[in-house]
Amino acid sequence: MALELDSADLAARVLAAVPASDARAVESALVPTIEVGSTEMPDVLAFLRDEPGLEFKLFVDATAVDRETPQGLVEVLYIVRSIVDFGWSIVLKTAVDAAEPSMPTCAGVHKGINWAEREIYDMFGVNFDGHPDLRRILMYPEFVGHPLRKSYPYQKRQPLTPERDPLANPWPKRN
Amino acid sequence: MSTEESRKNLAMATDPLSEIMELQMGPSHPACHGTVKFDLRLDGENIISMDTTLGYLHRGFEKMCEQGTWTQVIPYTDRLNYASPNINNFIFCEAVERICGIEAPERATYIRVILSECSRLADHLTCIGMSVTELGAISAGFYMNEARELFYNLNAHVTGARVTVSYGRVGGLLRDVPPDFEQVVRAAIKRTEEVLSDCEKLLERNRIFADRMAGIGILSKEEALSYGLTGPLLRATGVSYDVRKAVPYMFYDRFDFEVPVGTKGDNFDRVNVRWEEMRQSIRIIDQAFKQMPTAGRVLVDDPRYALPEKKDVYENIEGLMNHFKIVIEGVRVPVGEIYFAGEGANGELGFYVVSDGSGRPYRIRVRPPCWYGMAALEDMVRGHMVSDLTAIFGLVNMIGGECDR
Repeated sequence: MALELDSADLAARVLAAVPASDARAVESALVPTIEVGSTEMPDVLAFLRDEPGLEFKLFVDATAVDRETPQGLVEVLYIVRSIVDFGWSIVLKTAVDAAEPSMPTCAGVHKGINWAEREIYDMFGVNFDGHPDLRRILMYPEFVGHPLRKSYPYQKRQPLTPERDPLANPWPKRN
Repeated sequence: MSTEESRKNLAMATDPLSEIMELQMGPSHPACHGTVKFDLRLDGENIISMDTTLGYLHRGFEKMCEQGTWTQVIPYTDRLNYASPNINNFIFCEAVERICGIEAPERATYIRVILSECSRLADHLTCIGMSVTELGAISAGFYMNEARELFYNLNAHVTGARVTVSYGRVGGLLRDVPPDFEQVVRAAIKRTEEVLSDCEKLLERNRIFADRMAGIGILSKEEALSYGLTGPLLRATGVSYDVRKAVPYMFYDRFDFEVPVGTKGDNFDRVNVRWEEMRQSIRIIDQAFKQMPTAGRVLVDDPRYALPEKKDVYENIEGLMNHFKIVIEGVRVPVGEIYFAGEGANGELGFYVVSDGSGRPYRIRVRPPCWYGMAALEDMVRGHMVSDLTAIFGLVNMIGGECDR
C-alpha cells in the first residue's frame, strides 16, 4: 500500500497532533524533510510511530550536522521509515545551540536511538537530557573534545593515555 | 528458546544464592571476527547482561571525508566493508549523483548492479562461512572461502584491486570492464552454485548445526523495527523490507527477483534468508547480463564531472584546464543535502550527504547497517550461553570498518 501524501501534508498532521512543535516541511529539500522544535522531538517521533495509517516504526538513523552559521547551530536529525509503505522515509530536523547543545532524549521512542544519541554526544557534544546511558561510544573515555564539530582541528593530537589498570581505574560502567 | 523462556532464565539468574561472574570477552577474541569487547555478566554459563564496547577500529572516516574532494572520499568508502567494497562505492556515488542531478550511463549502471550483486554473494559467503567456522564446521567455511576468493579475483580482474577497488566515480565508473567480463563472472557463479549446493548438504540437515541455530538469538518483529535492524536480520523476523524493492535505485526495478523472509527471527532464519538471497543475486546477475548494452560510455558525458580524454588533455588547453580543475579543485557538487540508502549486504546502507557548493563535502554520514545490529545484540544473547554469543554475533555480521568507521 502506498502512502498518498507529501511532506507538507505530513507536517500539517504533525502540527495538528503536536501544536507546540512548529512543524513545517522544508520545500527545497531533496528528500521529505520536516523541521520541528527540539523539545517536542520525542512527541513528534512517538506520534509518527503510533498514528494509524502512518506507522513510522522503522527507526533508520539519527545524526547531526555542525552548521557554521553566525548564531552557531548544531542540527540534529532523526530519520524514520513507515512500515505501511517502506518507500516513505522522513527526515526530522531540529536545531540546538552550538555553545551548549542540549535537547530531550528520544531514546524512549525507538530502541536504536540509544546508541545513535550516544554517538551524537560523542562526536558533537549534544547533551540528551534524560538519556539512560550517555557515555562516549566510539572514542575512549579520556578523549577531550567532540571531533566532528567544525571547531575541532582535524590534525589535533591527543596525549597518549597510560595503560589502564582495570581494578584501579575501570572502564565507565553502564548506568 | 523462546523470549519467555529467556526472561525466565533472567529471573533465575537474579536468585540471591547464585553467584554472578563478570567476564570480559575481547577486544581480540579468536571466536569473534571483529575487534569488539563484550563485558558479560554470567550466571554459570548463562548471560544475564552484556555491555558492548566499540570503537577499536575508529579512524575518523567522517572527519577525513570533510578534508578532501568528493572523489577522494571514494577510496575511504572501499575501506568500510572488506567483504563488499563495491556496494559502498556505488551507493556513495549514487547519493552524490542525486544531489548533482545527473545519472550514470546505462551500461555503467548495469555494471554497478552486477558488481554489487557479486559483492553481496561474497559478503554472505563471508558471513555464513566465518560463522560456521567459529561453530566448528570448518570444511564448509573453507569451501565458502574458495567461492569468495573467486569474487575477490573478479574484483582484481575488473578494477585492479581485490578489496580496495575505488571503481565508482561520480557519474559512472573509472573505466569499462575487460572484454571477458561476462565469462569470468559466469564462471565464478557456476562454481559458487556448486559450492552452495555442497555446503547446503553439509549444513542443512546437520544436527549439530541445527541445534546451534534453531531457536537461538530470537528477536521479535517489533524489537527489530525499533532497533533499526534492516537487511537479513530484519527479514528473518518476517518483515519484507528490501531497499531494492521499496525504493528501487540503479535498475533494480527492471529485474525479477524475490525478497526471502523468515518466520521466527532466530539464527536459523538469518542463515536461510542469506542463503536464498544468494540465489536471488545470481538471478539478478543473469538478467542484468541479458539486458546490458554491449557497448557505450561508462562515465557521464559532462565536463563538470568527467575527466576529459587523455588525448584532449595533452593536445588542447581546454582539456588540460578541465583536467586540472577536476583533479585539484574537485567535482563541484551543488548546494544540497540528501539521505540516500541502498541495500548493502548487511542491510540498509545509507549516506547522509551535505554539500555547501565548494569542492569538498561539508558532512558525510554513513549509516552502517551492522551498527544497529550490534545495538540489538544484548537483547538477542540475554539468557543464552556464552557459546551462543559466538553464533549470534557471527550472524549479525559486524564489520569493524563499517561499524566503527
